[in-house]
Amino acid sequence: MSIIKKRSAFAGVKLPENKITEEEPVEKISLPQVAVIPVQQNIGAPCEFIVKRGDTVKTGQKIADTDKFVSAPIHAPVSGKVSRNKQVLNPVSGAVVEALTIESDGQDEWIDMEVIQKIADIDDLRQVLAMIEKIPAKDILGKVREAGLVGLGGAAFPTHVKLSPPPEKKIDTFILNGCECEPFITSDHRVMLEFGRHILLGMFIISQVLKPENLYIAIEDNKPDAIEYMHRLVVEMGLEDKVDVVSLPSRYPMGAEKTLIKSLVGREVPMGGLPMDVGVVVNNVATCKSVAEAVLEGKPLVEKIITVTGAFQKPKNLLARIGTPVSELVDYCVLQDRDKYHVILGGPMMGVAINDTGYPVTKGLNCVLIKQGKAGREQNCIKCARCVAACPMDLMPLMYPKYVKKGRHEECKQYYISNCIECGSCAYVCPANIPIVGYIKTGKKKIADKK
Amino acid sequence: MDIDKDKILISHSPHLWKGFSTTKLMYMVVIALLLPMGAGIYFFGLSAVYIILASVITCFLTELAIKKFRKKQFVNDGSAVITGILFALVLPPRMPIWMVVVGAIFAIAVVKEAFGGLGHNIFNPALGGRAFLAVSFPQQMTTWVAPSGFNADAVTTATPLGQSFAHEGSKASLYWDMFIGNTGGSIGETSALLIILGGIFLLAFRIIEWRIPVFYIGTVALLSYVFGSDPLFSILAGGLMIGAFFMATDYVTSPTTSNGKIIFGVGLGLLTVLIRRFGALPEGVAYSILIMNAFTPLIDKYLKRKPFGFQKKEAA
Repeated sequence: MSIIKKRSAFAGVKLPENKITEEEPVEKISLPQVAVIPVQQNIGAPCEFIVKRGDTVKTGQKIADTDKFVSAPIHAPVSGKVSRNKQVLNPVSGAVVEALTIESDGQDEWIDMEVIQKIADIDDLRQVLAMIEKIPAKDILGKVREAGLVGLGGAAFPTHVKLSPPPEKKIDTFILNGCECEPFITSDHRVMLEFGRHILLGMFIISQVLKPENLYIAIEDNKPDAIEYMHRLVVEMGLEDKVDVVSLPSRYPMGAEKTLIKSLVGREVPMGGLPMDVGVVVNNVATCKSVAEAVLEGKPLVEKIITVTGAFQKPKNLLARIGTPVSELVDYCVLQDRDKYHVILGGPMMGVAINDTGYPVTKGLNCVLIKQGKAGREQNCIKCARCVAACPMDLMPLMYPKYVKKGRHEECKQYYISNCIECGSCAYVCPANIPIVGYIKTGKKKIADKK
Repeated sequence: MDIDKDKILISHSPHLWKGFSTTKLMYMVVIALLLPMGAGIYFFGLSAVYIILASVITCFLTELAIKKFRKKQFVNDGSAVITGILFALVLPPRMPIWMVVVGAIFAIAVVKEAFGGLGHNIFNPALGGRAFLAVSFPQQMTTWVAPSGFNADAVTTATPLGQSFAHEGSKASLYWDMFIGNTGGSIGETSALLIILGGIFLLAFRIIEWRIPVFYIGTVALLSYVFGSDPLFSILAGGLMIGAFFMATDYVTSPTTSNGKIIFGVGLGLLTVLIRRFGALPEGVAYSILIMNAFTPLIDKYLKRKPFGFQKKEAA
């Protein structure tokens, strides 16, 4: 089976890639002396801390949990002592959340990791596959939840929830998402090149739970080495009859679930719906790697691969423990001397600019970008409709700034504001430099507050 | 070393901008307009130069003065220059300069700035100015001269759409004259060739979208044929070409969706043919565009796009 090529099936935009760290192998950054752990690191319900000040914890020990379904527990990223409770501002949601700090003892003493079945040699892929086939789906889901897994592509949606569709939703397609369509970010690219085996094992584990008929590995064509390598691994594992490796054009936002599904299998997720409504589950490559680690090695999610890029002397892909302050990543890569800059968590298109680098690495973080300020100021909309042509969700973005400014949120609803995925394609092409996404976020918030 | 907080900027995502600004866009249109402008000067000589200069300078200064008066920041985005050029191009070649100035002031002050300036105007400013002059100075607005280049003694003539129009020579030579612009008419409307080249420039750089000009010109050709007139003559005559490529495609006053643009183009074609055939005027391009401008907000309101994942039942 050779590599399949598909076209994009949405408008979107072509972006300058700036993948300056794509050749940088993942480097491990030293443990933080003090790890900061916010109590909410996923979409859904927050956890509650189950350790308190003065407690001693080991690396990987569960320190926060909840009985809510749409949530994921949090684990200690370092061994040491819980030193204090504090509150931090979550720059992404804008909410103030509880956090606690752990003073590292420098030992990095791990908990005993329980595995369902010991694997002799992870490189003997066929043997591992045969073993995975024997694990019951229930046990896999249990492990995925206990490991605190969430979508690592940025959305941080609890993985066990995604893998537990209601019985009436028949899943026939699983897509492994290796698109990584945001400029600058290369963490998924590196994960594919360096942890390809784990990714495929994770995918195979997930397919044990979902039992889909079709398995796809979707990668944008600006990562030919990753496409090549994943294809080689598929052949090596003898899975070429079951798994299709698909090369997709590098067009933003290819990595968004809805646009990816449309391009790959031609199905449109209904408005307000989820991929499972069209029989599809999409998981990011780094998430699949973590699934393999959780199920085969018993390892909880305590570290992440993060691209630290932009105005650095040494931009890198770093393996960092969750809870490491962003400032330590910034120092490690040595900032270039610039007048003014944006410190962005995430990519340039959807990332959030922060003003406090004391905020820690969380589960959803995949990039720290330092970028110079955007020039120009907002001008009048001239209705050129470039935003309309660029919108991958087929909306009319120019309407939102107009109505949000006037507080006419009812009109925003009539133009389907809730269908916006905030990808930023509209504002990227806007000649009048209007921060359309900012207005959309405000509009959505006002509508939600009214309810 | 921690990052100096004074150096950190905060703004909304996305943090990436294509950098193709309104100003760049407007000057691309100005570049495209050099072609029909050149044709106007070639065929109608120095008086065309004076009219264009008077119009552009008046438009620019009027906008500057109004922004100063309203204490708003003046942005030299090039839109006033475009209005100035377009306004001059739709005037007869021997229009008295003071009338040009009056019309240009009206175009900017009333049709554009009184509505809130760029982006807020309902009607195309250049055509609004032209309509104002047509009712104020009907005689001067319908005095046409034969193309004579820089030769000062021009003779008055009728435009191809005029009732008294006569052409000596073969049909092919008539088409050719109309195609290159060697006929009577407004300064910039006569040369279909150079207008189309300008239009192709705009299409190639994706400044304009093909739907409005294609559906406009297509509808005029088709309906003229249906009504028994010569389709080729109909599309080469009058201001159709410059209207279709440079006026109807004005972003501010035309619909934003693909379907909206198609309806807009078809509506324009229909109105133009109806005015030419049944109206009291020989030409209907300017009024067609002004009338369809008025429908643009409605088209945008009632012709919303169906978003990704739209399902019928949700509409109910």
